[in-house]
Amino acid sequence: MTVISVEDMSGRSVDPRKPLLEVDDLVMHYKIKAGEVSAVDNVSFTVHQGEAVGLVGESGCGKTSVALSLLRLLPSNAEYISGQIRLDGQDLLQLTDNEMRARRWKDIAMVFQGAMNSWNPVYRVGDQIKEVLDTHFRGEMTYDEQRQHMEKLFAAVGLPAEMLDRYPHEFSGGMRQRAVIAMALACSPQLIIADEPTTALDVIVQDQILKELKRIQHEMGMSIIYISHDIAVIAEVTDSMGVMYAGKLVEYGDTADVFARPKHPYTYLLLKSTPSITGPRRQLAPLEGEPPNLLDPPTGCRFHPRCPFATEKCAMEEPPLADIGGGHRVACWHYEQVPDLEEALVR
Amino acid sequence: MSVGQPVKPETDETLHTSPSIDELVGTGPVVATPLWRVRLRLMRRSLGQNWALFRENKMGMVGLVLIAMFALMAISHPILMATVWDPAIYHPLRGHHAVVQEFTIVEEVTDETTQIELNEARIRLNPFVDVGEVVRIPTQPAPPTLTGEYPHLLGTDNQGRDILSQLLFSTRAAFFLGVVAALTSVVIATTVGSVAAYFGGWIDGGLMRFADLILLMPILPLLIVMSAAMEINMVMLGVIIGILNGFGGVAIVLKSQALSIKVKAFIDAAKVAGGGDWHVIFRHIVPNVLPLTFLYMMFGITEAIAIEATLSFFGLLNVEMSWGLMIHFAQANGYLLSGTTYWWLLFPAGLAVTFMAFAFFLVGRGMDEVVNPRLRAR
Amino acid sequence: MTVTPAPTVTKPLLEVRDLRKKFPISRGMFRAPTEFVHAVDGISFEIAPGESLGLVGESGCGKSTTGRMLVKLTEPTDGQIVFRDGDYERDVAHVTRSELKDFRSRVQMIFQDPYESMNPRRTIFDTVSEPLAVQKVGTVPEREARVLELLRLVGLTPPENFLFRYPHELSGGQRQRVAIARALVMNPTFVVADEPTSMLDVSIRISIMELMTRLARELQVSYLYITHDLAVARYMCDRIAVMYLGKIVEIGPTEDVLARPRHPYTKALLSAVPVPDPSYKRTPVEIKGGISKAINPPPECRFIARCPFAADVCRNNPHPPLEEHGPNHQVACYRVDEIS
Repeated sequence: MTVISVEDMSGRSVDPRKPLLEVDDLVMHYKIKAGEVSAVDNVSFTVHQGEAVGLVGESGCGKTSVALSLLRLLPSNAEYISGQIRLDGQDLLQLTDNEMRARRWKDIAMVFQGAMNSWNPVYRVGDQIKEVLDTHFRGEMTYDEQRQHMEKLFAAVGLPAEMLDRYPHEFSGGMRQRAVIAMALACSPQLIIADEPTTALDVIVQDQILKELKRIQHEMGMSIIYISHDIAVIAEVTDSMGVMYAGKLVEYGDTADVFARPKHPYTYLLLKSTPSITGPRRQLAPLEGEPPNLLDPPTGCRFHPRCPFATEKCAMEEPPLADIGGGHRVACWHYEQVPDLEEALVR
Repeated sequence: MSVGQPVKPETDETLHTSPSIDELVGTGPVVATPLWRVRLRLMRRSLGQNWALFRENKMGMVGLVLIAMFALMAISHPILMATVWDPAIYHPLRGHHAVVQEFTIVEEVTDETTQIELNEARIRLNPFVDVGEVVRIPTQPAPPTLTGEYPHLLGTDNQGRDILSQLLFSTRAAFFLGVVAALTSVVIATTVGSVAAYFGGWIDGGLMRFADLILLMPILPLLIVMSAAMEINMVMLGVIIGILNGFGGVAIVLKSQALSIKVKAFIDAAKVAGGGDWHVIFRHIVPNVLPLTFLYMMFGITEAIAIEATLSFFGLLNVEMSWGLMIHFAQANGYLLSGTTYWWLLFPAGLAVTFMAFAFFLVGRGMDEVVNPRLRAR
Repeated sequence: MTVTPAPTVTKPLLEVRDLRKKFPISRGMFRAPTEFVHAVDGISFEIAPGESLGLVGESGCGKSTTGRMLVKLTEPTDGQIVFRDGDYERDVAHVTRSELKDFRSRVQMIFQDPYESMNPRRTIFDTVSEPLAVQKVGTVPEREARVLELLRLVGLTPPENFLFRYPHELSGGQRQRVAIARALVMNPTFVVADEPTSMLDVSIRISIMELMTRLARELQVSYLYITHDLAVARYMCDRIAVMYLGKIVEIGPTEDVLARPRHPYTKALLSAVPVPDPSYKRTPVEIKGGISKAINPPPECRFIARCPFAADVCRNNPHPPLEEHGPNHQVACYRVDEIS
């Protein structure tokens, strides 16, 4: 009896209006000696079926913490303060550890940053994928079925079947990352979280991997959450995107919309400081200052000390993530003052 | 754009909470403050930070308290000798006092320390004593006596010498030995490890094969053989243990640490700045292996104390008095054969060896957490 | 920076001729190695005074090895590196140890990782003044004054507050500023910058790039800017050289190379770069596979295995030479004119 098959996945019906994962007011702190780090603060977003969502931000903004929160893979000093993470309507934070373990990888899989470290160097890659199948389908798949399934997985990510019998060091960086994706697909999850999936890969290989992920998303009706510091990668692959700053989601919306009309000053400045090889060679604007210390985040809007539009109100009151039309949400009191990007870009 | 992700943990950028340096150098132009003064303050500050880290480690603190107690013991001996202790009685080597003890005369002895056999009593005292009488005989070794003109808190040995005095006297030697051994090994190991790592090639190959050779040599049998050929005193023992450790295991550990530092970009930066080989080794590599060095120094002391005790026990060292030698005396005169009856001859010295080695080991473990940030609890 | 035409009258600051580096692949202690990685395989280029050249390519293409050879951290196997600075003119590929110190005061390097390029146990003052100290320049107060001046120059103000801090007390961006200060403390004329911004966040990256451009202009410093990021190279360099497996395949003015790439590899590289604009439609990348290592490479074109345009002329001839195909624009490909 075959429990899962790659063919089944491609036949999955997808309703792009139906929410798959809903994150509601997630608040998460790290307890360290010096105090509590407010790593994720009031983050809410929804991933629909078959949708690719990007979370972008600089190091320390909490994007990886959000990803790990979704899988409940946080280090032991992390503490969920409040919020819900609903997958198909069920709150993952209410599950016991064993229930969560069963759903992890089966429903949500993760492609980790740095494919090099995702593999144990002393086992064959195929055996490591088999281990995942053994864990989740104990006794339900024969060895031949497992082997067949793994060969299909490898084919799906563009790797020859014989690579299953190779050791990780025999793979190139790009191949290793493909194998990581194959492993993420092993239990045909509904959602894949890709944390910096192409960091440390060269551009040409990065391009190949991103294309592969995009194809898998469309063909298999998969939802993907991309976590990246590289706003250009997010532009390439996502349908919707959120911008994070200092543990907060400051802007969220349709990717094309956010890029065309960034309404949070941080997003705006981020886009203005991103160099590109296309278009006119425009003046880049540096973002002054450094991200805040999350042990003691600024009052009001966390971006206000670095914001050119900041007023007294920004330092006093925290702006809500408000819808400004068409599902484009912005957490800024003065979003109307943020100029149009095109004007600024041409200069 | 693909490699641009900082490798540091996400929170790094926002979390450095080290104390401000402003109060150290002031806000005015620093040129006015002499450089050495600033450096002294910086050193004090970094010591302070390390101390704060160390203090949180319970094991390390227990070790430190134990070491402090041993230090007090070491200091107390000359003071006691100069003040309350009569050298004729209490000198650890030449003192003598036969404690007069009461013995009950019995037919068959069940407790050697309080009973005496009828026949022996008749031979030693007079032929008219009889079973059941209590007689007073000067004895050595004598169990602890707390009263009388010359109390012996830990008793006397078979030559009538005060055990407590010997114990305190030997503490100094133990410290001395440990420090000599540790310093020797650390100086050698740091140099050998850093040089081997930095130059690599045949220098590395030669030094490391030599280290393997020394590592394969069993230290204790080697020292036993050496002590047969020549007289080994405390200083020599310290230096020998230091050399064996320094060229052997510790050098290998420090070399691997130095290797991980050698590949860091600041080594290249120092070379581009124009720094020569020795500049790079002693200014950049050695300071970065030094913390680990201190750690191995602690374990080195532990080892040296244990080795000294073993060698002394077999009477192979040319030392006047040491904990190991105290046990040796007890053994050589057959007192260990009667179980724990003569406990004061064995336990004080044995426990002192154990606890001192243990104390330095604990301090080493405590330092380990300061030196290896990865072991630190968050 | 504006695009400056390649030098014609003034003599170049740096002339690299047929530079090579082979790394032996060890086969045990007593056997002579028979296989070599040809990390850099006969490259030649020039850098004019005040000009910045970008060296771009994927990891393993030999760009970092080239940079390290120029600052003498790696000994070249073969070739010449002629460096001119005023009256100073030397082939630094063959300088002696005693001449090296003099050279060290003229050429410096900025490293990629701001977390690793500074000794964690030395203060910022020690780090920045190290070149002065090892070259025995000035007294201690003079060095201190010079360090303060440089810290101010790189934007660490007030500099007194940074002088006796340790690297771990600084953020990544601040550390990279210190690294720049260290590189400039001897007033060098040429600086090799090996991916100096790739580990920094976007917002900090731009300010470091701006700082480096401003200092280059003010202090008349030339950069060899090594990067994998073409978008960054666009903002930092007057000219770009594209490397592939130890060879320069294309070299030319930055905007020209980006707008009109001629070599198939450059084209592929450019079309693979993600663009921060969701509405932008990229031309699909035509080459396949990943980069490998140049271990005892065959004589023909290095790119032949991945090239979609490979023809008989490529298979039957040695690796193509760099030839002029446009103003200051050189390409190493036999079929340039046919494929563009």
